[in-house]
Amino acid sequence: MIDTLRLTAEEAKRLLDAREISGAELFAAYRAAIDERDPELHAYLAVCDDPGGDGIPIAMKDVIGTKGVATTAGSKILESYVPVYDSTVAARCAKHGLRLLGKTNTDEFAMGSSTENSAFGPSHNPWDPTRVPGGSGGGSAAAVAAGLAPWALGSDTGGSIKQPAALCGNVGLRPTYGTVSRYGVVAFASSLDQVGPVARTVRDCAYLYSIIAGRDENDTTTVDVPAVEVPAAEDLQGVRVGVPRELNEAKGIESGVRERVWQAVALAESLGASVDECSLPRSVDYGLACYYLIAPAEASSNLARYDGVRYGLRSQGDDFRAMVMASRHDGLGDEPKRRIMLGTYALSAGYYDAFYGKAQQVRTVIKREHDEAFERFDVLVSPTSPTVAFPLGAKADNPLAMYLSDLLTIPSCMAGLPGLSIPCGLSEGLPVGLQLVGPQFSENTLFRTGHALERALGFDPVPTRYRT
Amino acid sequence: MAEITRDEVLHVARLARLELTDNEVARFQEQLSDILGAVSKVSELDLSGVPPTAHPLDIQNAWADDVPRPCLSLDEVFANAPDRDDDLFRVPPT
Repeated sequence: MIDTLRLTAEEAKRLLDAREISGAELFAAYRAAIDERDPELHAYLAVCDDPGGDGIPIAMKDVIGTKGVATTAGSKILESYVPVYDSTVAARCAKHGLRLLGKTNTDEFAMGSSTENSAFGPSHNPWDPTRVPGGSGGGSAAAVAAGLAPWALGSDTGGSIKQPAALCGNVGLRPTYGTVSRYGVVAFASSLDQVGPVARTVRDCAYLYSIIAGRDENDTTTVDVPAVEVPAAEDLQGVRVGVPRELNEAKGIESGVRERVWQAVALAESLGASVDECSLPRSVDYGLACYYLIAPAEASSNLARYDGVRYGLRSQGDDFRAMVMASRHDGLGDEPKRRIMLGTYALSAGYYDAFYGKAQQVRTVIKREHDEAFERFDVLVSPTSPTVAFPLGAKADNPLAMYLSDLLTIPSCMAGLPGLSIPCGLSEGLPVGLQLVGPQFSENTLFRTGHALERALGFDPVPTRYRT
Repeated sequence: MAEITRDEVLHVARLARLELTDNEVARFQEQLSDILGAVSKVSELDLSGVPPTAHPLDIQNAWADDVPRPCLSLDEVFANAPDRDDDLFRVPPT
């Protein structure tokens, strides 16, 4: 009997290599778990048949292009879109024998923090189905938490891997910008978008990252990546941990979240890390404003391609322009429209310097503040999300309140830095995520720190209501 | 600042090739005003002499070898097309 709620990818690989289970049995176990629990959770938008082989199953967020398997980005405008080529990350997973279980739910075009912006309905949090799983990658996080996949791929622009991982009690890595190819992935904001792993342990997360990372000639922003070290050490001797005041004392951080993070920081110290306070004076205060100018500006450009001509939904119109405008009206939901409007406004004549130009300068300020902090520290810690999972509908009518969900993940994204979220306990019965941020290309340090803390914390990633 | 007018909403929607219903125009006018109010915080900082960041990595010009590679067949290119006419995408008259 395969317990998909507890099986790690590492253990699955061992069982497969030892021929204690077959690939078909393993795939069937996850399909059975999906049949049992996904009607309630709606983590998946589409489930695949077993493609055969003896590799580990994997789920992929539905912004990741998969040849022959519909890739909707959670949008009606791409409802019938079936890629004719694989994204680089999908191809790399296939090359390692990983077998696609299905495509997971996402806020439309990865724009959101709850999956409530999906055109196909929200996903639900496995810890409490009346609550959101976070977003935009809530489907991948919910699938991993509920044992509907051993691991999954997500994408992160301002927190879409880390925040759902925090809210669902799993491990999520937003890798350094440029380490993972975006070729074949539906674009949102190209100076920020990164693909990354979601898993149940830090070691699995590192292993999946090692499969997808590396330079790709089809994405010219990618670079050569240091060899990935799957972490084993259980101490933190020599690791310098910084606690940025602004990220840990920001308005809106729940007291239960703060307490769990404090405990984890104290634990890091007991494992041998040196811990000291530091400051990112403008990164948090101005990060959100900077992000909500730059990301929509880039989105307004990227989403211009949805014009009803080459693929995607086409609506009727008397002439070309009317057809394009009608297709975009009918095919795009509220949040993409809002961001296209905001981005177009910020880039339009007369406003460019005041908005987009200023935001790009603020981005430099944020980057420099982090560079300075990393002269003294190896890792910066904070809560990943200011809150635990919130009830469905709580922020659905207030875009600005929803945007605040990413307050603590955004600054490091703007600076192109890697960030790992690991669960560090429960508050009100719901998971709390600890965010670890390092300098560019410091994934190995994040894995080491995350792994040592994970072992010491002993967090049980199986949602309470599924435990037997 | 940042009270966006109805005319501005319509102008931006036209630039973005978005048809909007009257309801959407009213809703976006209110929401965009709120959001622009919040993001105009970037103008509070003294940023004189600070260069812009367009890209988080210090890399420039990634060159590829200029050699032919296999590409998609025409049938693949048109596989998702709403309206194909031989080897062309058909659209309404401009």
